[in-house]
Amino acid sequence: MTLKPYDGVKLKAMLQGFWGLTGRELKKWMKEPIILFMAIVQPIMWMVLFGKSMNIAGIFSPAILDEINIPDIRIPGSLLNPQIDGVITIPNYVIVENLRSTLSAISLKAMESVFGVSDYFSYLAIGMISMITIFTSTFSGMSIVWDRRLGFLYKVLSTPVPRSAIILSKVFNAAVRSIFQSTIILGLAIFLGIRFSSTFSLLNLLAVYLAIFLFSTGLSSLFLAFALRSTRHETQMAIVNLFTMPLMFTSNAFFPTKIMPNWLQGIASINPVSYITDALRQLTIYQTNYLTLLMDFVYLTAFAATLSTVGIILSWKYLTK
Amino acid sequence: MTEDVIIVENLTKIFNRNLVAVDHISFNVKRGEIFGLLGPNGAGKTTTINMLTTILKPTEGRAFILGYDVVKHASIVRRLIGIVPQEYTADEDLTGYENIILCGDLYGIPRDISKKRAIELLELMELMRFKDKKVETYSGGMRRRLELACGLINRPKVLFLDEPTLGLDVQTRSAIWNYIKRLKEEYDMTILMTTHYMEEADSLCDRIAIIDYGKIVITGTPQELKNSIGSDIMEVIIKEGDDVTNILKDIDYVKEVRRRNDGSYIVRLGNGEVAAPLIIDHLRQKGYHVIKLSISKPTLDEVFLTYTGRAMRDSEEARETIMSQRITLRRARR
Repeated sequence: MTLKPYDGVKLKAMLQGFWGLTGRELKKWMKEPIILFMAIVQPIMWMVLFGKSMNIAGIFSPAILDEINIPDIRIPGSLLNPQIDGVITIPNYVIVENLRSTLSAISLKAMESVFGVSDYFSYLAIGMISMITIFTSTFSGMSIVWDRRLGFLYKVLSTPVPRSAIILSKVFNAAVRSIFQSTIILGLAIFLGIRFSSTFSLLNLLAVYLAIFLFSTGLSSLFLAFALRSTRHETQMAIVNLFTMPLMFTSNAFFPTKIMPNWLQGIASINPVSYITDALRQLTIYQTNYLTLLMDFVYLTAFAATLSTVGIILSWKYLTK
Repeated sequence: MTEDVIIVENLTKIFNRNLVAVDHISFNVKRGEIFGLLGPNGAGKTTTINMLTTILKPTEGRAFILGYDVVKHASIVRRLIGIVPQEYTADEDLTGYENIILCGDLYGIPRDISKKRAIELLELMELMRFKDKKVETYSGGMRRRLELACGLINRPKVLFLDEPTLGLDVQTRSAIWNYIKRLKEEYDMTILMTTHYMEEADSLCDRIAIIDYGKIVITGTPQELKNSIGSDIMEVIIKEGDDVTNILKDIDYVKEVRRRNDGSYIVRLGNGEVAAPLIIDHLRQKGYHVIKLSISKPTLDEVFLTYTGRAMRDSEEARETIMSQRITLRRARR
């Protein structure tokens, strides 16, 4: 009995198993466009309804001056030094004009210092790219539960394909989906008037995809690891629901961390969602701060590398019948 | 050539430290044989297959496939064997053809080869017409044939079939039997199969091991097993309600008499044809009138009954097992 024909092409065989499984996932995904649609509905609603209605800049709008009766300022000459006769009158339209430009400046300054951009819609739209990536990645664990229940996993496990290829194909698939869905959201945001900064370029878009890829790889590895032994999709649903909301709100996806209380800032500073969201904003709507961007990518790379390694190691041990 | 392709020595699996699913079983399967593990649900058949196909690690004992240890050389064993599990494992959203190609990818078979083989297998299984249809539209028999095709993509030397006709109707079942026989000849394989259908074991298997509560009760060819009981079965119904067990027992050839609840008698006896007139005469002399008398040659059912003391029964199973069987049955009946 000779096994020579196999030994030399082990890596090639492994890659083929990986591509076969990835191809299967993508085929399944593309055959059900309704699922894609359902997945992006929620982030789109947040972006369109919340992002457009939550017009924070409007709070400082100079239009409010029209609703206030601002009197002329009259200064008796006797209060001045040197004293003069009569009264000095500053007419109200001069005051209103001054206030108008000051308020505009305050509004712009406040928005920029808190959100980094002058409109909340742009800020939230980028946050929603993080959100769709979270949804897609956390749900990747479900597919392993279904594969187990429908028997497909049994067959895969009985073939020589490495266990790591099973996990990695699902991780890769989650990343590809996230990138695709993010593109749709970004396209819609452009249509609805997102304002890119002057540093935005096509190269930045590639970096955006890289950030999404890294974040999705880490997060989906984590949730696949949760699902390795699971036979009940209810449990998996509960885990996903338990994690997504806190992940979103303890990060800068909706609001900047600097206006949060200290304890929340502490959580946000280790939450990977903060890092991907910041990286995406640095690349699109902010004037890029390269040091911050570098730190974001270092964190995201470490996050992806650590969790995918953990996922692969756990799959060797726990991905069994 | 009578080389042993599968060697099983004291194979044992204990789940959760106290549930003994397979209890020190040993058997050998010769090259070119169809060997059947026959037993009721929960007897440990699937667990045995799972250990032999490297999906489960044995708690104790060893097993060799073509000389390779299933634990130490698991990845070599995986390449040499084919598996057709009890459940339907094909992806319903893909077509039959796509499923077979995917199986080829999982074995690392180059695409140009697996494409050729896929067509060949689809033709052999008479699925060519449906090759580009989604599997969710397949009937139970078609699914089973697709599973067989997938299990053969790597040209296995040894094929494992776990309950190959579970949930199928009688006609489809015998069609599948023919496919299995054809495959065996075409690819010169050794087949190990499990079943809880007596007729299936009888018509397909060269040798059978009866397994119950995780232990092998007896091994042999179907004919050997039937002969080993060494008797015919006679059913006798008499007119009057009195118990005539003792009268029957005194007649020549009679080995054992059991009275059923409905008043009929099951008599085990050697040479039933000769004994029948004796029984009728004897009972008439005592004033009993025989209404009906039938003789049957022993079937594997009787073999099973004799060696385990019970009829085939369904036992309690884990939730997952019941779940997956239910899914299989539901798909099979579509």
